[in-house]
Amino acid sequence: MTMSQATAIPAHDVGSPGHAHDAPAHHPTVYDYDSGPPVDRAKFAIWLFLATEVMFFTGLIGTYLVLRIGTVSWPNPASRLAVGVTAGNTFLLITSSWTMVRALHAIQRGDQAGLVRWLGGTILGGASFVSVQVFEYLELIHHGSVPSIDIFWSTFYTMTGFHGLHVIVGVIWLIAVWISAVRGKFTAKNYLRVELAGLYWHFVDLVWVLLFTVVYLM
Amino acid sequence: MRDAAHTAPGGHASAHAMQAVSAGAVHLGLGAPGTVHEIHEHRELGFLRKYVFSTDHKVIGIQFMFTGLVFFLVGGLMAMAIRWQLAWPWTEMPVVGRILFPNTGRVISPEFYTMLFTMHGTIMIFFVIIPLLTGAFGNFLIPLMVGAPDMAFPKLNMIGYWAMIPAAFCALISFGLEGGGPAAGWTAYPPLSTIEKAAPGSLHAQTFWLLALTFVGASSMMGAVNYVTTIVKMRAPGLTMMRLPMTVWGLFIAALLQLFALPVLTAASIMQILDRVVHTGFFTPTNLLVNQLSPETAGAAAGGQPLLWQHLFWFYSHPAVYIMVVPAMGFASDILSTHARKPLFGYKPMVYSIMSIAGLGFIVWGHHMFMSGMNPALGMTFMVSTIMIALPSCVKVFNWLATLWGSRIHLTSAMLNALAFVAMFIIGGLSGIWMASTPVDIYIHDTYIVVAHFHYIVFAGSVFAIFGAIYHWFPKMFGRQMNETLGKIHFVGTFVFTNCVFYMMHQLGIAGLMRRTADPYAYDVYAHLQPLNQFISISAFCLFAWQIFFVVNLFHSIFWGKRAGRNPWRSCTLEWEAPSPPGHGNFDRRLAVHRGPYEYGTPEVQEDYLPQARSL
Amino acid sequence: MRFLLTLLLIATLVLGVWTFMDAHNHGWWLPPNVSSYGPHIDQLFYLILGMVGFFFVLTEGILIWCVFRYARKSETKADFTHGNHKLEMLWTAIPGALLLVITFTQMGTWAEIKYKGSFPNVAPIAEVWASQFDWRVRYPGDDGKFGTMDDIENPFEFVVPVNEPVLFHLRSRDVIHSFFVPYLRLKQDAMPGMVIPVWFQVTQEGSYDLVCAELCGWGHYKMAGRLRVVSRAAYEEWLKKAKLEMLSNGTEDKS
Ligand code: HEA
Ligand code: HEA
Ligand code: CUA
Ligand SMILES: [Cu+2]
Repeated sequence: MTMSQATAIPAHDVGSPGHAHDAPAHHPTVYDYDSGPPVDRAKFAIWLFLATEVMFFTGLIGTYLVLRIGTVSWPNPASRLAVGVTAGNTFLLITSSWTMVRALHAIQRGDQAGLVRWLGGTILGGASFVSVQVFEYLELIHHGSVPSIDIFWSTFYTMTGFHGLHVIVGVIWLIAVWISAVRGKFTAKNYLRVELAGLYWHFVDLVWVLLFTVVYLM
Repeated sequence: MRDAAHTAPGGHASAHAMQAVSAGAVHLGLGAPGTVHEIHEHRELGFLRKYVFSTDHKVIGIQFMFTGLVFFLVGGLMAMAIRWQLAWPWTEMPVVGRILFPNTGRVISPEFYTMLFTMHGTIMIFFVIIPLLTGAFGNFLIPLMVGAPDMAFPKLNMIGYWAMIPAAFCALISFGLEGGGPAAGWTAYPPLSTIEKAAPGSLHAQTFWLLALTFVGASSMMGAVNYVTTIVKMRAPGLTMMRLPMTVWGLFIAALLQLFALPVLTAASIMQILDRVVHTGFFTPTNLLVNQLSPETAGAAAGGQPLLWQHLFWFYSHPAVYIMVVPAMGFASDILSTHARKPLFGYKPMVYSIMSIAGLGFIVWGHHMFMSGMNPALGMTFMVSTIMIALPSCVKVFNWLATLWGSRIHLTSAMLNALAFVAMFIIGGLSGIWMASTPVDIYIHDTYIVVAHFHYIVFAGSVFAIFGAIYHWFPKMFGRQMNETLGKIHFVGTFVFTNCVFYMMHQLGIAGLMRRTADPYAYDVYAHLQPLNQFISISAFCLFAWQIFFVVNLFHSIFWGKRAGRNPWRSCTLEWEAPSPPGHGNFDRRLAVHRGPYEYGTPEVQEDYLPQARSL
Repeated sequence: MRFLLTLLLIATLVLGVWTFMDAHNHGWWLPPNVSSYGPHIDQLFYLILGMVGFFFVLTEGILIWCVFRYARKSETKADFTHGNHKLEMLWTAIPGALLLVITFTQMGTWAEIKYKGSFPNVAPIAEVWASQFDWRVRYPGDDGKFGTMDDIENPFEFVVPVNEPVLFHLRSRDVIHSFFVPYLRLKQDAMPGMVIPVWFQVTQEGSYDLVCAELCGWGHYKMAGRLRVVSRAAYEEWLKKAKLEMLSNGTEDKS
């Protein structure tokens, strides 16, 4: 969000350091050029940001795989986790990705009401995903399966926990976008912030599909 | 011609901008390269917004610079304490001894020594060199050198600086906590770093240390996103990538390195934090017995792999060492070319070599782990890639030398430091070849050769480049020039003492002296090395003291220095088109770039330089 | 300034080379070498020293000349050139070739020392345990197995026979340590959770400092051990005595 606003006003409140003795005239003009690929700055930056996220999860998942391969008797996930429930949860998250796509389509057609509706759906999807996961955690902890039991739980909580945090951030972000949507801030010509939030959301879902496969199914 | 610029494509462009502002987003239509929109600003800013919570890249850059320098002082003081202990182990430090170590018999305790070099290394790398290179000069120079009014995301930029504050806080508090500071080295190898019992001194300190790293990471990350976006998306018309000054290239590559390497360290340090706080077992192998106590019976998970941390850590920290030199190479290239009044020799090879250094930098991390029990076949492959990485550096060195050949050198303070960078980088780099060869590394790993190696590059190299950069860009920063005489005095002493300190460390290393020892003379093999260490220490104290000339010069020049015009060095690059110091939005005229950044001594005009933005 | 800087750089170059020439007179140099593969390491060391030494002199020399020659006051412009393809080729190819050479010349030595394939096929003579902050050597006893009742625990001192390949298992009880014997040019980290086989062959009787080369806590600096190299006969003798002691004062501390 900070990003998109910042781009919107490229030279916003630029203070000048020190005593600018041969500084320009009182009503200075700000020359702000635009070069490079014809992509909006904010979008470009989001892609960079997602690249760092990819590396972050590469670190986590890589660790998981190394430890798992290095451990002689890794417990079968199915024996410790409610795979069925999580499978449903996964489906929920994927659907929320789909609703996000619909939301974008809606505003691209200038359909503000549709945007609000589909965004709301996405937020609901994400929120319920988180709550299901919290519920799962509570269950597990209730049965004494805390991270310090063994390496399986250590990795499990770290992987899913960090993804969970990302989902929460995503939901908050979407809510912010949703509020502007309700205020009718977006038009068929201007929906960048919807797009940005969408990119992030799709990424989060993608990561989950990966995590679900390696942590629950493999 | 300036007026012409003002009455340029006024109307529609600014209309664009207004629409952008109101719309809350610049939409794709503006993507066409080289468009400009002028934004007329009339708001006045209060002191706080202007100098403290400023979003101006120039102010943020200067904030970074002073933060870095203050930390440089702190890290330097720690180095002095290290040197005292190594020269005169277990003897009371004059004056400060009784104040600092009242309850350890007024001498440095062995445990405190480990904390000293741990924090020395951490502060110098994460709070001095990287912030000074990318934070200070990255912020100040990038927009100016690409002709942009500011960073792409000024607010994010400001947050990036303020993320350094909690980092610094964590780092320092970890040193103040009871029991002392983190004591696992700047590399924080587990299990020493993860099991409290292993290093009783650093109870919470190690955790805070890890938090500090995480915050620094966040800060660098925001910076990196900003830099890359600014360089790619906000270049002045005509300024193609292949017309960028090497400084911008260096900072650009360094930013990319951070983007792709840092997140891995962040992930790793978070896992280590979890190991310490909630007792997960990522880096704790099974059935340890630390101080007669096994972590498992103490209720911690086990079954992890200590080696894993080393892989993750070095996957970041090797690229990190190039983050510490690539921008410095950029500064050196610009300063050399400018003050030698001769075009940089082989611009394209210079760019490609930086790229390949960065690329190879991602596949050599294992050279820190040759002795770690990692599969020796893997060690062999890392050996090959590591030796190959010498090649691009080789290209750079010879290109610098060729730049000087047949040039017209002006020995300004900036130039002196840039020349020293080249001389010192060669020494530091060459010792790298030794360590890259695995069989030799069997002997010299964790000896003082390593210490000599990286101090030659990081102190004798990067720090000289930083000094040079300060002398060179000071006029742009403060509109005044630094005192040349003081600058030269500072240079000579620093150069002499630096070599006295670090060159003899090679000899220590060859004699087999290993690093991180509070008292080497406990061993017969090393007993005879004490005189050498005393010589090194005395030189180090002189080196430290000599910096007073720099400090005095810096502060004196800020207030009373001789006023500088726009372009005191008759330099070609864009930052010199702006007023000194640049005002609001940096440039007061419309820029159009017509050529590369190093047209010195060109026959086209009768002065000996032809700026990028001057049309013929 | 021009003369001063030239002087400084020359001093760096000359003193730099000189210290390396002269260091051995002050004992600031490689300690004597008593292992079978030590010489190979030292040869590589000198090979690389020669090569980087050459480039050190070459590059610093050029730098010095440039400063001396081109820092003069002058009214004319500098030579105007943006580069030269042939030269670039030259100083990429030659160092590249040299680097390839050293790359390949050293592979053999590395394999000889660290590859399992090239280990001598002898039974491991002992387990060397590192822990904060001491070394413990555990000999297998008659049954040739570790971790059994008849093991012989020997603190501090690692006794081995001279002139024959010795294989041992390096282990750590707590944190990372490193088994470093400068006289043998031998170093290997002891990684907790790993059993790392290491081999060496000493060519000279005597007792040599065994130092810990990896930071392992506040006592790292004083984690000393000793490697005592004796004749085969003396070794057998010592082993017998050690066994008797074990039996007499019971077999304590096992882990
Ligand atoms: C800015 C920092 C920086 C830079 C640029 C480098 C550059 C290099 N480093 Fe260094 N290194 C460190 C910082 C740096 N290093 C640090 C901090 C450590 C220690 C970490 C710790 O353990 O605490 C370390 C440790 C380290 C090790 C591990 C040693 C050990 O622990 O056992 C190795 C091993 O291979 C290594 C190798 C190299 C090589 C081959 C280069 C090459 O890039 C150098 C290339 C340059 C040249 C070769 C010179 C110029 C070229 C010529 C003059 C042309 C002619 C030369 C030839 C043909 C050879 N470094
Ligand atoms: C990265 C940068 C960096 C820098 C610049 C330095 C600078 C110095 N270092 Fe250090 N050092 C490291 C990084 C660095 N070091 C690292 C990573 C380690 C390994 C740690 C570990 O093993 O875990 C290490 C370890 C290390 C050791 C080995 C300790 C051991 O293994 O037992 C020693 C021993 O001599 C040492 C000495 C010095 C000395 C004498 C300096 C001197 O050059 C310092 C001189 C200081 C100054 C010149 C500062 C003066 C101040 C200013 C100029 C600022 C002015 C202030 C204002 C304007 C406000 N360092
Ligand atoms: Cu054991 Cu250092
Ligand atoms: Cu490295």
